[in-house]
Amino acid sequence: MAELTINDIIKEENLVYKKTKVMTDNVMHYCPGCGHGTTHRLVAEVIEELGIQDKTIGVTPVGCSVLMYNYLDIDMQEAAHGRAPAIATAIKRVMPDKFVFTYQGDGDLAAIGTAETIHSCNRGENITIIFVNNGIYGMTGGQMAPTTLSGMKAVTCPRGRDVNTMGYPLHITELIAQLPNVRFVTRQSVHTPANVRKAKAAIRRAFENQKDGKGGLSFVEIVSNCNSNWKMTAVDANKWMEENTFKEYPLGDIKIDWEIQEGKISLRNRKLDY
Amino acid sequence: MEKELKLMKGNEAIAEAAIRYGADAYFGYPITPQSEVIEYFMEQNPIERTGMVVLQAESEVAAINMVYGAAACGMAAMTSSSSPGFSLKQEGLSYIAGAELPCLVLNVVRGGPGLGTIQPSQSDYFQSTKGGGHGDYRLIVLAPASVQEMYDFVQIGFDLAFKYRNPVLILSDGIIGQMMEKVEIGPQRVRRTMDEVIKQCPWATTGKTANRERNIITSLDLVASRQEEFNRKLVKKYDTIREKEVRCECINCDDADYVFVAYGTSSRLCMKSMDLLRKEGYKVGLVRPITLFPYPSKIIAGLAERVKGFLTIEMSTGQMVEDVMLAVNGKRPVKHYGRVGGVVPTPEEIVDAMKNFMKGE
Amino acid sequence: MTEEIIIAGFGGQGVLSMGKILAYSGLMQGQEIAWMPSYGPEMRGGTSNVTVIISDERVSSPILTQYDTVIVLNQQSMDKFESTVKPGGTLIFDPNGITKMPTRKDINIFKIEAAQLASDMGNQKVFNMIVLGAFLKVRPIVDNKYVEEGLRHSLPERAHKLIPLNMEAIEKGKNEVVKM
Repeated sequence: MAELTINDIIKEENLVYKKTKVMTDNVMHYCPGCGHGTTHRLVAEVIEELGIQDKTIGVTPVGCSVLMYNYLDIDMQEAAHGRAPAIATAIKRVMPDKFVFTYQGDGDLAAIGTAETIHSCNRGENITIIFVNNGIYGMTGGQMAPTTLSGMKAVTCPRGRDVNTMGYPLHITELIAQLPNVRFVTRQSVHTPANVRKAKAAIRRAFENQKDGKGGLSFVEIVSNCNSNWKMTAVDANKWMEENTFKEYPLGDIKIDWEIQEGKISLRNRKLDY
Repeated sequence: MEKELKLMKGNEAIAEAAIRYGADAYFGYPITPQSEVIEYFMEQNPIERTGMVVLQAESEVAAINMVYGAAACGMAAMTSSSSPGFSLKQEGLSYIAGAELPCLVLNVVRGGPGLGTIQPSQSDYFQSTKGGGHGDYRLIVLAPASVQEMYDFVQIGFDLAFKYRNPVLILSDGIIGQMMEKVEIGPQRVRRTMDEVIKQCPWATTGKTANRERNIITSLDLVASRQEEFNRKLVKKYDTIREKEVRCECINCDDADYVFVAYGTSSRLCMKSMDLLRKEGYKVGLVRPITLFPYPSKIIAGLAERVKGFLTIEMSTGQMVEDVMLAVNGKRPVKHYGRVGGVVPTPEEIVDAMKNFMKGE
Repeated sequence: MTEEIIIAGFGGQGVLSMGKILAYSGLMQGQEIAWMPSYGPEMRGGTSNVTVIISDERVSSPILTQYDTVIVLNQQSMDKFESTVKPGGTLIFDPNGITKMPTRKDINIFKIEAAQLASDMGNQKVFNMIVLGAFLKVRPIVDNKYVEEGLRHSLPERAHKLIPLNMEAIEKGKNEVVKM
């Protein structure tokens, strides 16, 4: 039998994976093991599959994913820190037939941009918010985020987050799920192939919600890691995330088509929960 | 066709002018003394009249960022506020200037610093003309002195904003905003279609079609040398604006020994003072800068060749006076007289100030 | 011709709207106009005043210290503005609520019992139109037909049926104003 050459392998019938054309060929700047690259790809694949590349406007945040516009082949706007939902609001209002999404980290969405987040959700802007929560400020070098876990160390809480003086991890996702105009809220992760598939389905649903005319805001949280700033290997970071972060932020759908899913939101009690 | 005349407040004239101009969006937040702007918009319901979007934002910060978002889509977008709110908008304005987006903003100035007062003032001159937010940038600044100019400057402002892809500021104050005057209303212009927007603004984020590269609106460049290159490009733009867009009104300057320099409301006060002084035989003129950036420095420098002195009248502790001094460059005495904190000087007071100035006091 | 007027009273007396109707009447007559209110946090009951300037020429300062005509509708306004009438100018007041009569001798002083007349007409809301009528009798700077047009433009559509009543009140003011 003749030896196989690379050209014998690269054939349409052997194709199991193909990079979506909605992604550019630029080399990503993300650390190995970071969830941003995968999440970017899922957004891009959904845009391709829905055939909306020419109708999608993305808004990038300030944080590690500030340069997302280098990687997605769509029109994008770069927002000031925290302001992406206000910008997306305007884009959707002036061009209601477009698909508009923001892509934000925890510092951007849940700290400096809390007002913009809450109010765009409360107005029920017909946009998609992708919220990547790794519990830390990545780009600025590992400072405490509103979502940092209790006791977790960061360079601005080197002795661990003290909930009595620094507040509890902020469950912004559960907060906005309670707003009547918010249509779809889910929490996913991208650290295993199975989770990636679920996350993609959620992102797809969030985009599809923009086109059926029923309106409402769709919010997808991706719980992710930051192995560099957590000072772990990529594998250890994912393990730590499963053991710790998922306890604080359990995965699953929280609200589907304006219905809060059973048991997904409970009042948190300081004594019992911590 | 007979002229359409209306009695309007400055704040209402701005809003009506924006609708008639065919503006695409207004995002605002209530603050005295300019809340009539958003109230007028809401009352008029421009989405029905022209399809224009109007939204009350959750904050001044959100409002200016909404302007960013709409402007980046090639839309004619605007916001308005008064001094404390305008400080909050500086973040967004810096980004808009950095991303080279066109937009129109209105500041109906009140006394400061801090919460200050709700009464009229001109104490935001430095903030308006020297940048305002962080980074090296300029706004084009128009200073209306009447309700008619509030109306007219909307069109002029939007046209300049799109011509230079630069934010344009209408710098008004509580008097011009709250005062009613006769306004000649222009015809209703039809808003641009999406195709027209794309043609006029090929850089806008209107959706990446197959026939072009993706459009990215950003003010970020992590490579210092490229950022410097961009800053130089902005300077060139500002120099062109300085060369081509100066607007200024000179009244009674031809035979004047002394001139007032005043903009907006102060120029109106000075007109009265000038009349009073002329009745007494004093040859006094008035230079009224209409653009505060670009500043009419050449006109003032020219006058410095022959008049005996310049007195600026401002409702501030002396801000524009520095630009007059720069223009006069030591050739003639330049002084400032003003009232602050929301107090408006009377024409008689200004007459006395000029007499003292002429006596060399 | 330039007429510089200030109208001062309590909030709720219709000071601003009277000024607006006067200003609109001037506009309809083809004149230059400025209408400048005092503005502040008071919504109701506080003092309120408005400067109205009607002129053949471009209006200069909307902020004045002396007026051709001063119209005062309460004692606080009398205290504040009597001294601001230009020598030879006009002061018009409603004696209702006035405890200290004006004392100046170098101006023309007129009295209009507007509150009483409005009450007689059974409609307190026409109070300010009676005052306007008094002013227009003393200072006939705007023709009646332009006043009617001014009313039409400054009142909302739904209030247009009240224009005859307002004109009647203006007539009343014209007839009842008394020189002191």
